[in-house]
Amino acid sequence: MFYREAGQFKTNYKDDQAVFPILQDRLAIGLFLIVAFVAIPYFGNDFFINSMMIPFLIFSLAAIGLNILTGYTGQISLGTGAFMGVGAYSCYKMTSIFPDVNIIILIVGSGCFSAVIGMIFGLPSLRIKGFYLVVTTLAAQFFLEWCFITIGWLYNYNDSGAIEVPQREMFGIIVTGASATPVTRYLVVLSIVVVMTWVASNIIRGRIGRAWMMIRDMDIAAELMGVRPLQAKISAFAVSSFYAGVAGAMMVFLWLGAAEVESFDVNHSFLILFMVVLGGLGSLLGSFMGAAFITLLPIVLGAIPGILGLHINAAALEHVKFMIIGALIIFFLIMEPHGLARLWAIGKQKLRVWPFPY
Amino acid sequence: MNVVTPQGEASLGARIVDDGIEPGAELLKVENVSLSFGGVKAIQDISFDVKKGEIRAIIGPNGAGKTSMLNVINGFYHPQEGTITFRGNVRTKMRPYMAASQGISRTFQNVALFTGMSTLDNIMAGRQLKMHKNFFWQMWRYGPAFNEEVEHRLEVEKIIDFLEIQSIRKTPVGQLPYGLQKRVELGRALAAEPSLLLLDEPMAGMNLEEKEDMSRFILDVNQQFGTTIALIEHDMGVVMDLADRVVVLDYGKKIADGFPSEVQASQEVIDAYLGVPH
Repeated sequence: MFYREAGQFKTNYKDDQAVFPILQDRLAIGLFLIVAFVAIPYFGNDFFINSMMIPFLIFSLAAIGLNILTGYTGQISLGTGAFMGVGAYSCYKMTSIFPDVNIIILIVGSGCFSAVIGMIFGLPSLRIKGFYLVVTTLAAQFFLEWCFITIGWLYNYNDSGAIEVPQREMFGIIVTGASATPVTRYLVVLSIVVVMTWVASNIIRGRIGRAWMMIRDMDIAAELMGVRPLQAKISAFAVSSFYAGVAGAMMVFLWLGAAEVESFDVNHSFLILFMVVLGGLGSLLGSFMGAAFITLLPIVLGAIPGILGLHINAAALEHVKFMIIGALIIFFLIMEPHGLARLWAIGKQKLRVWPFPY
Repeated sequence: MNVVTPQGEASLGARIVDDGIEPGAELLKVENVSLSFGGVKAIQDISFDVKKGEIRAIIGPNGAGKTSMLNVINGFYHPQEGTITFRGNVRTKMRPYMAASQGISRTFQNVALFTGMSTLDNIMAGRQLKMHKNFFWQMWRYGPAFNEEVEHRLEVEKIIDFLEIQSIRKTPVGQLPYGLQKRVELGRALAAEPSLLLLDEPMAGMNLEEKEDMSRFILDVNQQFGTTIALIEHDMGVVMDLADRVVVLDYGKKIADGFPSEVQASQEVIDAYLGVPH
C-alpha cells in the first residue's frame, strides 16, 4: 500500500542508475542504519550485541566475499575459512610487528595478504570449472590450515599454538582485547561492514562487476566482448579473499579474542557457502539474509522454550534445534532455489502492485 | 509499431565506424586457411575477402564449416595453415578478446546472452572495451566511474531506440522470447561499435515477421553505421536479398564465390544443396 513508485519519475540516466531508485527503499535503508548505529548500541544488552550482532555482521561480510566469487563470478570456492584464517594470522603478525599502528588499518590491511593468497589459489580457475575448481580450493583450505599449524612464526611460537589478541587502543578507547566493551567492538565491526558493503555494491554495479557477471553467465561471449578471463577471474578471487580476510581478522580481533586453527577449518567454509546459497547467489542483501539465517536462528530457537516457560533438557533442545534448522533450509530451498533474496524480491514486487495480482 | 525518429537516425549516422579503411577496400582477407580437429578437416584451403561496407554471406549445407570459419576469424580456433589479414594487419594466433579490441564483434548461432542480466546490462556489456575507469574509481562509483557509466548509457539507449526494444530495457534477458533475445544479442554486438560484425544465423528459428524485422535491422546497420557485415544464414531468400556477395562452402571447401545471381546459377552449388546421383 505504501510501497508505490507512482509519481517518482526519472528524468536523467543518473537517477535511473541509482542503487536504490525507489524513495521508500532509500528511507528503509536510512532507518536500518539509524537502528544499527544508534538504537542497538543504546538499548541492546551485552549478550545480544556480543553473541548475535557481531557474529552476524562478521559472517555477513565473509558471505559477501564468497558471493562476489561464487554468486557474481560463478567460481565455486570452499576455501573461505582458510582465507579468513590468512586475514586473522596476518593481522596478528602485523600487530606484533607494528604495535603502534592503528588496529583498524591493520585489520583492513590484513585483507591484502588474504587477497594475494586468494589470487595464487585462484590461478587454476583459468583452466578448470565447477566441481573440479571446488576440489582445488579445498586443497587451498587444507594447505593453509597445515601452514597455520606448522609454521610457528605465524603464532609467535607460543606453546598453545593459538593467537591471543593484544589490547589495542584508538583515540583513547580500547578497541580490542579482553577489556574492550561489546558496544565499542560492535560499532567498529558495523562501520567496517557498512563501508565494505557499499564498496562491494559499487564495484558490482560498475564495469568490473559487469565483467564478472559476463564470465559467470557466458564466458565465451564475455571473452568476445573484450573481457580477459584471467583478469576477471583473478580480480574476483582477490576481492573475494580480501573480504574474507577482513572478516577473519575481525572475527578474531573483535569477536572471539583468541583463535586457533579450528576456527578456520573447512566447516566454516561450508557454513559460509550455505549462507550464500541460502541467502541468494548474486545478491548482497542475500548475503546478509543467509548470514542471519545461519547465525541468528539457532540462538532465537534456543531461547524460545525459555520464553514460553518450557523446561527442556539442553541436549534435547540442541537436537531439536538442528532438526528445525535443517528442515527450514530444505523448505526454503524447495520453495525458492534462488534464495531468500529472491523471495524478498518477489514479495516486494507483489507489494508494488497490491491489491492487484499483477 | 514505433519507428526510429529522424533525430535518432541523425545521431546514429554520426557513429559511422572509422577504421582507416576506404569503403570498398579489403577489410578482411582470409588466405588458404585450413583447420582440422584430429582427422576431421573442418576447413580446407579456403580464401575469400570481405570488403569494407558490404554484406557478405557465407552459406553452405550443415557441417560445411561456416561456423568454424567465423570462429577462426574471431580467434576461437587457430588455423593450422593460412593467414588472416584484418585492417591491414596479418595475424597468426590470437585470443578472442584481442579480436574484440581490433573491432570484430559477433552474435552466436545459439543465443549466448548473459542470462542473469537485464537487457540494458547486456548491451552495456558490449561497451566493455570502451570503458576504462580503473578499480580505484569503480570502488567509489560516485565520480569519474559513474560519469563514464552515464555517458555509455546514452550510447546504449541509442541502440535500444534503434532496435525498438525500449519496453524490455530492465527485463532479465532469460525471460524474453527467442526473437527478442536475438535482437538484444544484435544490440550487444553493435554496442561495441565494430568495424566487422559477424552474424551466425541471425534468423534461425524466427517467423516471417521477425525475419523481416531482423533483415531491416541488418540493412539499417549496414547503411547507417557503415558497418561491414559477414553473415551465415540458411534462408536462401534472405541471403540472396541482403547479401552483396556470397561465398559457398561444402565439406570444408569453397565451391563458389560471387554475386548472389552468379552463385545461384552455379552448378556446383545446386549439386551441393540438392545432391547428385551416384
